Amino acid sequence: MGRKILLDKIHIPDIQTFKVYKDNGGYASVEKALKKMTSAEVIEEVKKSGLRGRGGAGFPTGMKWSFLDTKSSNPRYLVCNADESEPGTFKDRYLIDNIPHLLIEGLIVSSYALGANTTFIYVRGEFKQQIGILNRAIREAHENGFLGKNILGTSYSLDIHVQAGGGAYICGEETALLESLEGKRGNPRLKPPFPAVKGLYGCPTVVNNVETLAAVVPIINLGGDEYAKIGIGRSTGTKLISACGHINKPGVYEIEMGITVEEFLNSEEYCGGVRNNKNIKALIPGGSSVPILPAHLITTTAANTPRLMSYESLSEGGFATGSMLGSGGFIVFDEDACIVRNTWNFSRFYHHESCGQCSPCREGTGWLEKILHRIEHGTGKLSDIDLLDSVAKKIEGNTICPLGDAAAWPVSSAIRHFRHEFEFHVQNADIVKDIKHGSLSKYLKKNFSLNSIY
Amino acid sequence: MLKITIDGHTTEVEEGTTILEAARKIGGEIVPPTMCYYSKLKGSGGKCRTCLVKVSKGSENDPRPMPKLVASCSTPVQDGMEVQNITSPEVLETRKAIVEFLLINHPLDCPVCDQAGECDLQDLSYAHGVDTSRFEEQKREFDVIDIGANIKLHMNRCILCYRCVYTVNQITNGRIHGVLYRGDASEISTFIQNAIENDFSGNVIDVCPVGALTDKTFRFKNRVWFLKTMDIHRNCPTCAGRAVAWMNGNEIYRVTGRKDEFGEVEEFICNECRFAKKDVNDWIIEGPRKIKRTSIISVNHYEKLKQGAIINPVDKKIEKPSEI
Ligand SMILES: Cc1cc2nc3c(=O)[nH]c(=O)nc-3n(C[C@H](O)[C@H](O)[C@H](O)COP(=O)(O)O)c2cc1C
Ligand code: SF4
Ligand code: SF4
Ligand code: FES
Repeated sequence: MGRKILLDKIHIPDIQTFKVYKDNGGYASVEKALKKMTSAEVIEEVKKSGLRGRGGAGFPTGMKWSFLDTKSSNPRYLVCNADESEPGTFKDRYLIDNIPHLLIEGLIVSSYALGANTTFIYVRGEFKQQIGILNRAIREAHENGFLGKNILGTSYSLDIHVQAGGGAYICGEETALLESLEGKRGNPRLKPPFPAVKGLYGCPTVVNNVETLAAVVPIINLGGDEYAKIGIGRSTGTKLISACGHINKPGVYEIEMGITVEEFLNSEEYCGGVRNNKNIKALIPGGSSVPILPAHLITTTAANTPRLMSYESLSEGGFATGSMLGSGGFIVFDEDACIVRNTWNFSRFYHHESCGQCSPCREGTGWLEKILHRIEHGTGKLSDIDLLDSVAKKIEGNTICPLGDAAAWPVSSAIRHFRHEFEFHVQNADIVKDIKHGSLSKYLKKNFSLNSIY
Repeated sequence: MLKITIDGHTTEVEEGTTILEAARKIGGEIVPPTMCYYSKLKGSGGKCRTCLVKVSKGSENDPRPMPKLVASCSTPVQDGMEVQNITSPEVLETRKAIVEFLLINHPLDCPVCDQAGECDLQDLSYAHGVDTSRFEEQKREFDVIDIGANIKLHMNRCILCYRCVYTVNQITNGRIHGVLYRGDASEISTFIQNAIENDFSGNVIDVCPVGALTDKTFRFKNRVWFLKTMDIHRNCPTCAGRAVAWMNGNEIYRVTGRKDEFGEVEEFICNECRFAKKDVNDWIIEGPRKIKRTSIISVNHYEKLKQGAIINPVDKKIEKPSEI
């Protein structure tokens, strides 16, 4: 059994309640941090731990915290990003559902470290149930003196507010999230200035993912050095992976970073292998935004070393033969899956979710989707494949926020590794046309016009 | 002062200046084209990506090149920075891509568009576009609507530069005009098709780089290149009263703000001046105004064709008038 430090207690009945959580050692890190440590010491431990952001980019959290403009006379804010909307990623929701007080505990310690007295949790609008869970946890923490004025008799005060989003993926991008939190349209901001200098209401702000902030709890309890011993190389600690697709046991797993992809995919402890005894065709290891890997690059890298579940190993080989750990959305495709259809599906998502602010993404995502729609439905041409690749390349790197890249990468990588499938679709239009597309067929009858968002 | 070199031209600018403003200070060919940035509108820029440039040296302290192309309109200058615009094939290639993106859903209805001849998108496409389209799909379509008594919105032509949004937010008193929906379904609108009724609302027409917002009092009346431009002023109780009259003989066809060489108005004018004062007697005429921009109005930008000349579609050469 791998080591668990986030989800180790979720099997305990009623761990969602304050009392049970506290009786099982919960909120120890708050006592330790607020009573025995200065905020600088907390930041130092997080730096030592090597913790990297779990929201997708993997930026070192301690470093992000140290960028916070502490000279400003404005208040500082911590914002927890619980907008989790990336297709294939559902780990934050799982954590909130199963052990909400771990997040609240992490938020208290992190807010203390950053000197924030007001902290927001920005929750995806569709997560109605989780909003209720969080509000209840916050109320309980309040009633027990862990939130509010002079927490545990110290001079530190903190309030946590839950804010529901309106259901837009783009509001997970940190600056769009801040705009939305301020009550505006969720358009990403231009950077610089970064949120650490000018964030929420123009004040210094740190935005972190749910899992990142929850991981602060074991870091304070164990000590940064001890935490850094878990994992491998610069991928320290454990990571929540949401596994889905054609596997026997979809679900959320906590892994120690550095286990092999082979073990995660096939062992009974985790995914339990590909469903129905089929072979694997492809893997998307980090949520819909990262490049897809073909079968021969999943368990081994191009250099023929075992592929590990870590930031470095998954991206080994760059985009030519690697991918990214991203947010940990592990999507498995068996030998019968259609890569073209899947790529079209993702493109549809990004087309729908682009905020429309910058021209390459606004126009390019729609264009990609339309070309893929054509190919998938048997009216594509061979030249469309190169056109797709060219459009994707022109979006990539030229946009305000990474959503443009996220829309381009899956397309480029699918063409790179599965060009033959695209060609098959073009050359066998009569077969492709006749395939029934289940519940989606009703949309295909509609006039394909853009103003009708489907 | 910070030193910056753009395409080999060096200048010094104050801290906080953007690469674009530094380039404008140098002037000439190396100034990146802009479709969304507007120096008079706070917060504008960064959206269209036509002004992307390559930073080949970050600064004196950190000489590494920036990894991606950056929007010059919203990237501040660092001391010792070296920037490539027209000397970088990568930048020009990307600009071509941006023009393509801006055009795929554009109706290309210049023959019936009032903006033709003074349109930034026309000029940009002329300089950086290609003459065929790789886009085969149906373009997006919107209805033409009125926003206010004197302004028409052709959403089909809009490039979502947000200039009009910033204008309404900043020079009029309310957030009544903005963007609805998202992605390529976004559209400019007033709050449930409310009219923007404000003394300065007409300025959205001047800031719009394309023919999406046009002056209803001028609609289909004349072509801009047939009109003479005159600097005019009047004693206006609302604005500074300095404007440009677009005339034919003694008749004023329309009134606009005075635009500088970068296509930005020098001063915003009020609706009274713009829409209601169309009689020469309302104004004091100062004299002819030279349009500094590289548009069809400032002759010789577009190649002049001899009458009857045709362009060979294959090699793009101009052929002599045919015998028949
Ligand atoms: C389009 C887009 C969507 C994103 N969605 C999320 C999200 O749902 N949750 C999240 O934690 N981070 C998301 N991110 C990443 C955030 O911008 C940001 O990097 C992250 O919240 C930082 O937290 P971390 O350092 O703890 O990872 C998204 C980024 C982009 C570009
Ligand atoms: S890349 Fe897409 S989502 Fe991001 S700002 Fe530009 S249009 Fe909006
Ligand atoms: S209507 Fe004109 S000014 Fe407004 S966003 Fe569209 S193109 Fe820009
Ligand atoms: S002018 Fe700079 S991005 Fe539009």
